[in-house]
Amino acid sequence: MSAPNRPISPLYLVLAFGYAFLYAPIVLLIFYSFNESRLVTVWAGFSTKWYGELLRNEQILNAAWLSLRIAFVTACVSTVLGTLAGFAIARYKRFPTRGAFLGLLSAPLVMPEVVLGLSLLLLFVALDSAIGWPSGRGATTVTIAHITFCLAFVTVIVQAKLASFDRSLEEAAMDLGAKPWKVFCVITLPLIAPALAAGWLLSFTLSLDDLVVASFTSGPGASTLPMVIYSSVRLGVSPQINALATIMISVVALFVLLSGWLIFRQDKARRG
Amino acid sequence: MKSRRKGSGPFIPWSALAPYLWLLLFFGAPLAIVLKISLAAPVMGQPPYTPLFEATKDGIEWLINWDNYLLLLDDPLYIAALLNSLKIAGISTLIALLIGYPMAYAIARAPESRRGILMMLVILPFWTSFLIRVYAWMSILSTTGLLNSFLLWLGVIDAPLEIIYTTFAIHLGIVYSYLPFMVLPLVATLSRMDMTLLEAAADLGAKPWQAFLRVTLPLSLPGILAGSLLVFIPATGEFVIPDLLGGPDALMIGKIMWTEFFSNRDWPVASALTVALLVLLVGPMIALQSARKRDANAETPQARGEAA
Amino acid sequence: MSAAAAQALSMGPFLRIENISKRYEGTDTPAVDDVSLDIARGEFFSLLGASGSGKTTLLRILAGFERPDSGHVFIDGRDVTDLPPYERPVNMMFQSYALFPHMSVADNVAFGLKQDGMAKPERTARVAELLDLVHLGNKAKRKPHQLSGGERQRVALARALAKHPKLLLLDEPLGALDRKLRESTQFELKALQARLGITFVMVTHDQDEAMTLSSRLAVMDQGRVQQVGPPNEVYETPATRHVAEFLGAANLLDATVTDWGNGMATLACDGFPGSFKATAPAALAPAARVAVAIRPEKIRLCEAGAAADNKLQGTVKDIAYIGDVSTYSILLDGQRSLRVQSTNAKRGSLMPTEGAALWLSWDAADAVVIAE
Repeated sequence: MSAPNRPISPLYLVLAFGYAFLYAPIVLLIFYSFNESRLVTVWAGFSTKWYGELLRNEQILNAAWLSLRIAFVTACVSTVLGTLAGFAIARYKRFPTRGAFLGLLSAPLVMPEVVLGLSLLLLFVALDSAIGWPSGRGATTVTIAHITFCLAFVTVIVQAKLASFDRSLEEAAMDLGAKPWKVFCVITLPLIAPALAAGWLLSFTLSLDDLVVASFTSGPGASTLPMVIYSSVRLGVSPQINALATIMISVVALFVLLSGWLIFRQDKARRG
Repeated sequence: MKSRRKGSGPFIPWSALAPYLWLLLFFGAPLAIVLKISLAAPVMGQPPYTPLFEATKDGIEWLINWDNYLLLLDDPLYIAALLNSLKIAGISTLIALLIGYPMAYAIARAPESRRGILMMLVILPFWTSFLIRVYAWMSILSTTGLLNSFLLWLGVIDAPLEIIYTTFAIHLGIVYSYLPFMVLPLVATLSRMDMTLLEAAADLGAKPWQAFLRVTLPLSLPGILAGSLLVFIPATGEFVIPDLLGGPDALMIGKIMWTEFFSNRDWPVASALTVALLVLLVGPMIALQSARKRDANAETPQARGEAA
Repeated sequence: MSAAAAQALSMGPFLRIENISKRYEGTDTPAVDDVSLDIARGEFFSLLGASGSGKTTLLRILAGFERPDSGHVFIDGRDVTDLPPYERPVNMMFQSYALFPHMSVADNVAFGLKQDGMAKPERTARVAELLDLVHLGNKAKRKPHQLSGGERQRVALARALAKHPKLLLLDEPLGALDRKLRESTQFELKALQARLGITFVMVTHDQDEAMTLSSRLAVMDQGRVQQVGPPNEVYETPATRHVAEFLGAANLLDATVTDWGNGMATLACDGFPGSFKATAPAALAPAARVAVAIRPEKIRLCEAGAAADNKLQGTVKDIAYIGDVSTYSILLDGQRSLRVQSTNAKRGSLMPTEGAALWLSWDAADAVVIAE
């Protein structure tokens, strides 16, 4: 009988199977992005021609640029708003309508995207006809929509960080003569910075990735990258999309490896 | 001063104001508008629905129109789509649990030094585009796709199988896309579990499978609940997966909403469908919230212990 | 009260706590209930009590983290009740040390000086001086997580002393250290306080710590101060049942006063024959209900015929042999028992065995009457 706290070999088999399931499609996608042939099933030799075509595809490039801009603004605004909300609920255990506030913050986390997208579109249409803003739909309305659900994710992350935050650090700083605002800047902010960074990155990714909400809230002439990918993919498998996917996955993988390495180094420094 | 108020007061804290207003305007108000439009009648024009009330000289005349809801009940298409969405989401959740639980168990039992990497490997696909991950399956499952070619090459089949555009493909897509949401809460619960409990069970004569059934499984129920709801709720309203992997006849509520809205331009019916979907999901959503709250409460003393 | 403290107080208290009350929202009983204390300059004063006794809340009120519902705090004659923590001439050493994890040891110590706008060269010199004081001169560049528990404790102390506070507050300063380290640190802390002459107010639940370190202590329970005085006075003449039981383990017997005169009471103890004599400085009316507290080490095991102020017969129920001392549980009347402690001063000296019948005696001067 194996001791319960030692990993048991069949479990590793399960893990191997699970990871294979998660990664096989992605690996195949990368592999076939270098395929000379249009067809997935035929390997016609190594080629980077689809990357070349992708880089000449104005529509995709424009959409990518638009998506990056939307994601950047979304990440910044939702990090600020989410941090404020995280502070309010982590630090104030009782205030009027706190329950309603919590509900508003947590519902977007689980709300089906179609519901969020549709309802926001209806709001924008109603606002437009009532006060003339936002006139038409486009990057602005998509950004507002993205901020709305990303803000909830940032709040969760910041609040969790603050929940485990040792308040006596702030008290110690105050005791040593720092005024509240100074305490926030010199003690609190540096210590919760990792949570803010995580929230920012998550918002950026969620915004960059979103198709459904953007499809509802965007207008003509403002197609985000997922919208362009979607309309191209609906028509079937496209090698250019394979190439695009490979680039996106590489960027993410690089980023994750980099941050993983940084965390590892930090850990090592901490132990050593 | 903040610290003197001891976390309670008669006012909404100033830091809550901006996010509060934002959410009221861009989350609360839209839902109210959906409710309102679901009670209107479709008309040609902009906006393509009738107002809810009209100010007449006698006061306000309400123009509430229940037709959209009656249509939902009347037309078997909508009921079938709602039920089918629940069924597909339910089955997919079960499959995700069956795959995710052993994975989470293995990760939770792995040496602590390796656990971080293993978790990272589960989260990593989540950071890559959802759309592209679904698209990857299109090229695998299509009739001229890799899986069929492979099976043909093996000689197992003579003609390509219809895998894509089936319910099976939808299940596969959902399980694949939402597996991380199942695994992560399970790992959290399982790795928090006190391992000496299993040793105590073994010491008291329980065989490993008995210890699993009587100790591990009941203790991981909060994780099972959270993970399952995290898969089930978004899967019910899923649009992309049934659209890309399911056939044109794939009846899922998210897709029907999309079609009603974009193709048929019937905003009131789309709104009524939205309300119906929300009503269906409100139970699971509340369950998820309370599961999270319980989990957070269970976590707090530990977090404090670590901080000290 | 010691002569020095009395003399210092006669010049007016350095720290005056005046009718302080504090109730947290959502609780029924006050955390601090009408507490008044005068503390002299240069004192090492301890607030001793179990958790929930209000001692930490009182300390936090002194630091300015909590605002009292009523009452005032004066430091050196100045009312500081409404001053925020960053404007008080007070510094605190936290129970968790609260060292800033993202700053080096030197930056931690320099933090308060920086807030005061002290110039860099001056600051560096002062930090070096403080780190030498706590023997950490060679660890200035380390981060807190690279230090041992004892080193962290010393950084916290250096940081709190950096600004020359008029008053240093210590919240369980030795609580996180292991036992061996705690004992040696106790003496260091006491020597340091004597050398610097700063007034220390310490919160602790550990009576040994409070007794060893303090010039005076206040025992707190349920938000109230039960007794204030030098450690020996509080120990020898507990004023309440709670003090008698919390500080050491006194035997308490319920009794009725039969006579009082000249600081001596004659009592009838419930359930025991004969009369007992005990010290009672304040006048007592006959028939008053009181309790008698007798410390276990003040009770002697003796012969049947020995002459003594108070005598009782019993049998040995339990013996705990600790090494230097033994503690006996002596069953008296079939139900109640007394704790008796005797020193094992001589090897092989006769020790009672379990079940043995014997006599107990104690002097009237060692028994203290606690009025109800």
